Amino acid sequence: MSSQQIPEENLPVEQGTAHGAVEGAGDPFADPGLPAHKPRIQDIDERAANRSERAVALMFTLSMLATVGFIASYVIFPVDQIVYIWPFGHVSALNFSLGLTLGLALFLIGAGAVHWARTLMSDVEVADDRHAIEATPEVKAKVLADFADGARESALGRRKLIRNTMFGALALVPLSGVVLLRDLGPLPEKKLRKTLWAKGKQLVNMNTMEPLRPEDVVVGSLTFAMPEGLEEDAHDFQSQIAKAALMIIRIEPDNIKDKREREWAHEGIVAFSKICTHVGCPISLYEQQTHHVLCPCHQSTFDLSDGARVIFGPAGHALPQLRIGVNSEGNLEALGDFEEPVGPAFWERG
Amino acid sequence: MKKLSARRRHPLAAVVVLLLALAATGGLYAAFAPAGKAQADETAQSLAIDEGKKLYSVGCASCHGSGGQGTTDGPSLVGVGSAAVDFQVGTGRMPAQQPGAQVPKKKVIYNQAEIDQLAAYVASLGAGPITPTKSQVDPSGADVAKGGDLFRTNCAQCHNFTGQGGALTKGKYAPNLEGVSAKHIYEAMQTGPQSMPSFPDTTMPEQEKKDIIAYIKTVNGSESESPGGLSLGGLGPVSEGLFGWIFGLGGLIAIAVWVAAHTAKAKKS
Amino acid sequence: MSTATETQRKAPAGERVADWADGRLGIYGLAKANMRKIFPDHWSFMLGEICLYSFIIIILTGVYLTLFFHPSMNEVVYHGSYEPMQGIRMSEAYASTLDISFDVRGGLLVRQIHHWAAVIFLAGMFVHMFRVFFTGAYRKPREINWLFGFLLFVLGMFTGFTGYSLPDDLLSGTGVRFTQGAILSMPIVGTYISMFLFGGEFPGTDIIARFYSIHILLLPGIMLGLVVGHLILVFFHKHTQFAGPGKTNKNVVGMPLLPVYMAKAGGFFFLVFGFISVIAAIATINPIWALGPYRPDQVSTGAQPDWYMGFAEGFVRVMPGWEINLWGHTLVLGVLIPLVLFGVVLAALALYPFIESWITGDKREHHILDRPRNAPTRTGLGVAWVTIYFVMLIGGGNDIWATHFHMSLNAISWFVRIAFFVGPVLAFVVTRRICLGLQRRDKEKVLHGRESGTIKRLPHGEFVEIHEPLSPEQLHTLTAHEQYKPIEIGPTVDENGVERKPSALQKLRARLSKSYYGENNQIAKPTAEEYKEITSGHGHH
Repeated sequence: MSSQQIPEENLPVEQGTAHGAVEGAGDPFADPGLPAHKPRIQDIDERAANRSERAVALMFTLSMLATVGFIASYVIFPVDQIVYIWPFGHVSALNFSLGLTLGLALFLIGAGAVHWARTLMSDVEVADDRHAIEATPEVKAKVLADFADGARESALGRRKLIRNTMFGALALVPLSGVVLLRDLGPLPEKKLRKTLWAKGKQLVNMNTMEPLRPEDVVVGSLTFAMPEGLEEDAHDFQSQIAKAALMIIRIEPDNIKDKREREWAHEGIVAFSKICTHVGCPISLYEQQTHHVLCPCHQSTFDLSDGARVIFGPAGHALPQLRIGVNSEGNLEALGDFEEPVGPAFWERG
Repeated sequence: MKKLSARRRHPLAAVVVLLLALAATGGLYAAFAPAGKAQADETAQSLAIDEGKKLYSVGCASCHGSGGQGTTDGPSLVGVGSAAVDFQVGTGRMPAQQPGAQVPKKKVIYNQAEIDQLAAYVASLGAGPITPTKSQVDPSGADVAKGGDLFRTNCAQCHNFTGQGGALTKGKYAPNLEGVSAKHIYEAMQTGPQSMPSFPDTTMPEQEKKDIIAYIKTVNGSESESPGGLSLGGLGPVSEGLFGWIFGLGGLIAIAVWVAAHTAKAKKS
Repeated sequence: MSTATETQRKAPAGERVADWADGRLGIYGLAKANMRKIFPDHWSFMLGEICLYSFIIIILTGVYLTLFFHPSMNEVVYHGSYEPMQGIRMSEAYASTLDISFDVRGGLLVRQIHHWAAVIFLAGMFVHMFRVFFTGAYRKPREINWLFGFLLFVLGMFTGFTGYSLPDDLLSGTGVRFTQGAILSMPIVGTYISMFLFGGEFPGTDIIARFYSIHILLLPGIMLGLVVGHLILVFFHKHTQFAGPGKTNKNVVGMPLLPVYMAKAGGFFFLVFGFISVIAAIATINPIWALGPYRPDQVSTGAQPDWYMGFAEGFVRVMPGWEINLWGHTLVLGVLIPLVLFGVVLAALALYPFIESWITGDKREHHILDRPRNAPTRTGLGVAWVTIYFVMLIGGGNDIWATHFHMSLNAISWFVRIAFFVGPVLAFVVTRRICLGLQRRDKEKVLHGRESGTIKRLPHGEFVEIHEPLSPEQLHTLTAHEQYKPIEIGPTVDENGVERKPSALQKLRARLSKSYYGENNQIAKPTAEEYKEITSGHGHH
């Protein structure tokens, strides 16, 4: 689709050159040319010009004062002093004074310079010619000839063996860089499928760090739990809690609609993954009247009384449920790991 | 004894007897007073329940049923406890004005004495969380930092980082916590009003509730510090973006207009 | 002998320094072409300067911040001066950001200038880009500079994203979590990229350090190169200008760089810097101390990205949760489609100049700007694009709109879903109609003069409004725009009688050309004959 297919007459007359069929003096729309320069007050009245000069000088002087004020504020105000300034609230005295003085110092330099340019420098509009960006045919011919000479002298086209091996070498050498990236991280393997939960691990209340007992969890309450043995100062705490975090609620068993959910619960106490199946936010906006839980990031909504299926939003599948029971000490425990990967879906999830 | 009886008629005898009698009465009173007070309290309590019942049948029974058993318009109040009543009525949520996604906070129409009477009546329907005492909710001396951590685990997901509130499904919302009294925050955690789940003492002990209240009072109040200047509602990037566009870029464009504008020309004279 | 006397004259110091530099750098040659370079005056031509200056401010303040910031995810227990964080476990990155905010004098100010400048930089680029779009300034010879600018906008988004993630606070960490979830949704390679990027499972201990080098070195380095290229091209092409008396496609009318633009542009840098400093003094941005350190099991409602990522966030929020499970694999369309749409919508903007030039077949240089009304289809398309963008911004903040306008979250999501399809179409149609209306008004004005507001009673009792004829300058300005004719497919039989079948592409082009420049899609501008006929007759209406 080159331009040759467009007939020239289809293109409009170039802007700012001529207007249609009527040319020259008879054209009412012809360009009258640059309007004559009109003087400003400062151009004809020396007193006005002097006033402008004083205004500019005043701005530059105030800027100097503001810089002094900046340094003074830095020295005077302690870093933790809070003052009440209407309407900004209880703000840091240092931040407020430093920002205002620095802002003023800079702004006044700018305002002075612009006022100077606007009132005292020449405001005569000047026209500058543009030159074609494209090279002239002679230049182009010269460049093409030079290039042909160079290409011929290199014999790149003739000595194909050199050309092909060079391209091969250049194509391969970046591979070293790609290979070096291999150790950025481990391979996924089954890491996304496993969490710390395992048969017999007790559910630890994240508020008290004590094992949860069934009688602690009442209908309508919300509790968060993590697996026993996970310590906050463990080196992989963040990565482990990112998969293992649990949300514990209690629903009257008769109100649980999903059969599997009821079986995996302990007397109506259900444990769901706290990690949203959309992109992994810790979902926990639990509405105890409806048993709906909402994700604060992208508003996926799950029904915890119905197998945590998705009832609104961009999540693609239900929250995984952890099967729980009670151990001999009367504490809640996991009866195994999650049966499916927690968190966002991925290609190998299946 | 003879001596004593000999002075029976002494002019000061009457005074002495009177003093003795007063002392005895005082001692007796001191000895029996607790029991007496308990009796009096019980009476007061039953009085309060009676008063509460009267208030209840006028203001609440149409929705919650004449015995608090609940109707299609309102849930059963058996076992919700006095804390729930103190919260719901004390924040003006109850009595509800009109049906909607959520019963909002509004002007409180009962005084505290009436609220206590209502609470006493509802508490008498079945055991439930009890209105906390002053010392139970007093956040002084609590661990603000721990409260912040607990707040981010248990509360921020609905109420925002600093308790500015947030959206729930279908028009429901978690309210802003600014200006909510420590007692009402405590009661809300204890009882789980409306959509909010409860955080009973069994899973969130009293001290942790105090820590959370201390944190809320530190970061969300008229006295809260905002060192960087205007807090822009504490809403995060949405209000920051709006401010940046309107005042930031808007102001700079206004300056650009001034920089580029032609200077006023001298008038033809 | 004359040369000898000249060399004896002692040149002033400044000149001698310049001579020295010229002997090594050839500065006189450069200055000859550029010192008195002409720049046209228009406020909208300064939008790019806002971006340039905020970029410089970001670099200056950013260098300062690197002196105090520790890009490390080592866990520490905080014991600094911010009371509500005492004893809390956090990463060193977060702790050092608290130190910058509370223990380094002026650190909070510099942090806030840095972040506000970033918000304004992106907003400035957005407005600048649409100034260029709506005036057609991207046409030949400036297509490459359009692409440079576009790349700067996109890289700016990612530089901003990596930057606000660095403090490792609860809000930005949630954003990083989203990014990781989005990466996981990519078919086949998703899990691998995620493992490599995070050095293992999310969040790991590497991501902050990696984002740090991307944020302070890789992306700004590329951007700096693009900015320099962008500016060189602006100098080389010379600035565009609006049509007007004395302004042609072959000249540029304005004021010289030295002294006027040196003072105005130089002064404007200080104005921008000063203004942003004042904003940083009075308004908080990203108060990370209120957000808390990142933990993957904590979250706050109202979790949003900075505004320039909001439109991507909108796509993600309103997308239905489609997921396909086949042959043991999962295709996460609910996340993948928004990612693809994000790219497609941006790419459409990048490619538009090339599409338009293909439709017009116009290969000439254009230095005179279009008024948006005189290119109704382009203007309509631009407004449609902006509509999609802002509809998605609403979607990205649906929870905040819900609480502050007392609406249902779900209702807003549904509104955005529908508006994504209906909004741009509606915007296009309405905008084009408005443009055509304005073109008609311009034509009326040219032919009949301006309505003066003075009512005159004619002798026979009729009332007429007096129309003042326009000045020659106005007549020229209002008729200076180009009007294309739609491309015809042409005869299907060539001069030799051989039948020629137009290709599907040719047909498409003809159809598009018609929709751009067809009879009802632009108002033919008045011709000199029309004007003369009316003015020579009863020209009073």
